[in-house]
Amino acid sequence: MTQASLQATTPERADTLLEVRDLSLDFGSPKGRIHALRDISLTVPRGRIVGVVGESGSGKSTLAYAIIRLLAENALVTQGEIFLDGRNLLELSPRQMRDIRGQRMSMIFQDPMTSLNRVLSVGDHMIDIQYRDSAPKAEKRRRAIEALGRVGIPDPEDRIQNYPHQFSGGMRQRICIAMAMLVEPALLLADEPTTALDATMEVQIIDLLKRLQQELGCSILFVSHHLGTVAELCDDVIVMYAGEVVESGSVRDIFHKPGHPYTQALLQCDPGRIREKTRRLPTIPGNVPNLLNRVPQGCIFKTRCPYVFERCHEEHPPSYDVDSGRVDSGATHTARCHLRDPAEASRDKEEGHLVQGGNEEGGRP
Amino acid sequence: MPATDMTRSEGQPMREPSAWVQHWRQLCRNPLGLLGLILVVLMVGSALLANVIVPYDPAQVMVGPRLGPPTWHNLMGTDQLGRDTFSRVIMGGQVALIVALASLSAALSLGLLLGLVAGFGPRWLDNGLLLLLDSVRAFPVIIFALAVVTLLGPSLYTVVFVVAITSIPVYARVVRTQTQALRDHEYVLAERAMGASTRRILGVHIMPNVIGPLLILASMDVPLVIALEAGLSFLGMGVRPPTPSWGTILNNGYNYIQNSPWPVIAGGIPIILTTLGFTFLGEALRDIFDPKLRRDL
Amino acid sequence: MNALLEVENLKVRFRSMGMLRALATRTSDPYIDAVCDVSFQVRPGETLGLVGESGSGKSTIARTLMGLNPAHSGSIRFDGRELTDLSQRSYKPFRRDMAMMFQDPVGSLSPRLTVRSLITEPFLIHGIRDRDRDVEAKRLLEMVGLSEEFAQRFPHQLSGGQARRVGVARALALDPRLIIADEPTAGLDVSVQGEVINLLARLQEELGIGMLVITHNLNVVRHISDHMAVMYLGRFVEKGPTEEVFYRPRHPYTEVLLSANPEPDPDARLERIEARGDVPSLMQRPPACEFHTRCPKAQEICSQVDPEVTTAEEGHTFRCHFPVNTPEDPDTDTVGAGSAGRSSRPG
Repeated sequence: MTQASLQATTPERADTLLEVRDLSLDFGSPKGRIHALRDISLTVPRGRIVGVVGESGSGKSTLAYAIIRLLAENALVTQGEIFLDGRNLLELSPRQMRDIRGQRMSMIFQDPMTSLNRVLSVGDHMIDIQYRDSAPKAEKRRRAIEALGRVGIPDPEDRIQNYPHQFSGGMRQRICIAMAMLVEPALLLADEPTTALDATMEVQIIDLLKRLQQELGCSILFVSHHLGTVAELCDDVIVMYAGEVVESGSVRDIFHKPGHPYTQALLQCDPGRIREKTRRLPTIPGNVPNLLNRVPQGCIFKTRCPYVFERCHEEHPPSYDVDSGRVDSGATHTARCHLRDPAEASRDKEEGHLVQGGNEEGGRP
Repeated sequence: MPATDMTRSEGQPMREPSAWVQHWRQLCRNPLGLLGLILVVLMVGSALLANVIVPYDPAQVMVGPRLGPPTWHNLMGTDQLGRDTFSRVIMGGQVALIVALASLSAALSLGLLLGLVAGFGPRWLDNGLLLLLDSVRAFPVIIFALAVVTLLGPSLYTVVFVVAITSIPVYARVVRTQTQALRDHEYVLAERAMGASTRRILGVHIMPNVIGPLLILASMDVPLVIALEAGLSFLGMGVRPPTPSWGTILNNGYNYIQNSPWPVIAGGIPIILTTLGFTFLGEALRDIFDPKLRRDL
Repeated sequence: MNALLEVENLKVRFRSMGMLRALATRTSDPYIDAVCDVSFQVRPGETLGLVGESGSGKSTIARTLMGLNPAHSGSIRFDGRELTDLSQRSYKPFRRDMAMMFQDPVGSLSPRLTVRSLITEPFLIHGIRDRDRDVEAKRLLEMVGLSEEFAQRFPHQLSGGQARRVGVARALALDPRLIIADEPTAGLDVSVQGEVINLLARLQEELGIGMLVITHNLNVVRHISDHMAVMYLGRFVEKGPTEEVFYRPRHPYTEVLLSANPEPDPDARLERIEARGDVPSLMQRPPACEFHTRCPKAQEICSQVDPEVTTAEEGHTFRCHFPVNTPEDPDTDTVGAGSAGRSSRPG
């Protein structure tokens, strides 16, 4: 993003809670550096649920960990800023960051089995997390019971003494959510919170998150690879591919008029969308590019894109406004694809059916 | 971490340096590990080439001074009988290496076998073997060694035997734990579903995954074994004279320390250097092969 | 056509506690039934989908079929021969005819073996020495759409989709007649899921193999299977032709499961039929109808009387006192477009 656009966006978005600007991040590996995130920019408005979608290796979880600064030791942020309430989180000391984590931001993880300490009871967990509060223990306990009741744990008075292994996976995820909500965060980061759960539990957790968000008015950054849950829960969606944001917009924009060929392909591949019974499902041919030590020139999706043309090989596409095709405006629906450039309007017409149905040999390298 | 996914994403298979080259580079970046490697190579090399290096027969009594200081003729001086200490130290290295190799390879192979059987076999066999291994381990090493020496008499073989027997339980336990972890792995189940025999599963699919950590463990045990051999020899229960051993050199020097410090220094330094060398190398290897402890940025 | 695999009243139990503990706590029945009175058939060239949530016993069925768990009672017949009372040794020939693919694409491949060794291992195991392993490796790789250079790779150098293809190649090595696929698309991205499903469908068409696909993913079952069975706590609650079960589910659990399948369309937010609470533990199996603790339609009788197996249409059976979507049910019309209880709400 350019300097001009920063000045343009910052004042008018007073309702912005979290803003990530041009974030880039590398992982060290024995073979060299992996450029895992590149020029990520996104905003999370107050009181909205923003979904981050992408396949494995797209960097969506890394992004969430980078925001809460819980990255592995071999990760290095090479550029960019992360603003929460106007404060740059990357400049805070570890101590200040801990305060933010406990008060303004909290996180729920993919695996509810491992994110609770097995030797502490649920009550211990929930009282511990209020350590900043000077309220008497009985009061903290009462709040904990209330929170457990709110997330739908039956008989919270009794079950607060139980240990994590006495709960099922869905219940444990509820407990994690209750803990995360107990500190009344302004921002909740949810990293694939339903992936490890069964379908009937998944929809219960989605409904719960939706209800709690309305009650508490917090914002949620919801990371998932499951398009169905994102469509159901989120207000805004960010689509990531190979460490880049390729498209962002409101949930209806993304699902009804996707502007990036990758988003289009992803939607077509989802077997949940295919109404007719078929034995030949669409796929995206090819593989995710290798991000080790260098990033391919031009568009990151060029090797798998059916509309690829010369410009895609040379020029890395900026974020075009999908409707107007402009680059510098504070657009709500943007896509990193040269086809959205008005100069390429003639090509746009070729766009029809994107992925060949029944292309089974898609994975052949 | 998501990072691992990204290293795996292939566009076209990239030609990258082989695993060994990568491991060698990592070792080069670790100064202590490199130092360890140099010390180990020096020790092993001198032991292998001992017959070429030594200027004199280590058992030959010299005409020169007894308990003499280092000179150009006797690099580390002479001992109380006037034998060349340098030659004795080098030949002692050979003894230490033989003891370490023989006892550890015996302990490794037996420990591996018992561990695989205990880890993969039925519950009762596991319990029985564990009981046996734990009782051996609970027996104090020195007392056990004294008992064996009393029974078999002091010799190189006795030392090897004692070290092997006392190391087996440690290795067997490690192998057992790893085997149990792997036994419930999906790929082992897949092999069983295809009809693979237990022998094939253990030999082809489990052992190769267990043996790496075991070798690292063993390399860190080498100094312990050398120290034990030296200790037993020091007590007069190991290698019989006139065969030189670091322990006997140390013991002789100890008896005459008021006349000359040189034999003690000459006997002590190789023990210290070898111990450090194997420890540093073992730790470096563990860091390289255990990715959890690895930091690469 | 004769059934390739016929399972009748299969029951699999596991010990839930040691003998001493059972004596001490005076538990007369220290077992849990992971699979309970399950019957089904798979014909050559046909696919049966087993659907259920975790703990429903679907993977246990697969492992019992492969002889990895003993069956407690009931019968498993493969090509007319009874398998339940065979020893491990006499099971071996059947393992040529039945191949299983495990859940984890990478984790089910032995980590120190190359792809070539992995896919030709079945020849070694079954002592087939008259075939050239390099030629076979090439043939199998080609069959699953991987280039030859993959032969020298190790499992950790493969992506999930590629590893899954290797798993398919290995399952096909000995020309099996039945493939049991446990969650064939688990852990794969949507763009790759399609590849694997298409591959399995194509191979089945070409080779006429019978398939048993076990999954929690309804979308997979729908596109790949001819018949499907829905499991809950070790029991089949509903079984029938896939289309039939999808369009007109009779058991409330099936309906709940179908409606718990969020659609990637923000305007199709569902009027969802939900089940209360959580799947009960197998240790505390609810009496009579297992689903009554969560069922939206449960009444008193459901906790007292075991529901009978009822036939709706030809080949479509269910176990429920108060089935949904019956022909007399006036609400039947609202079940449209393939999923239960789904209605669009304008944006």
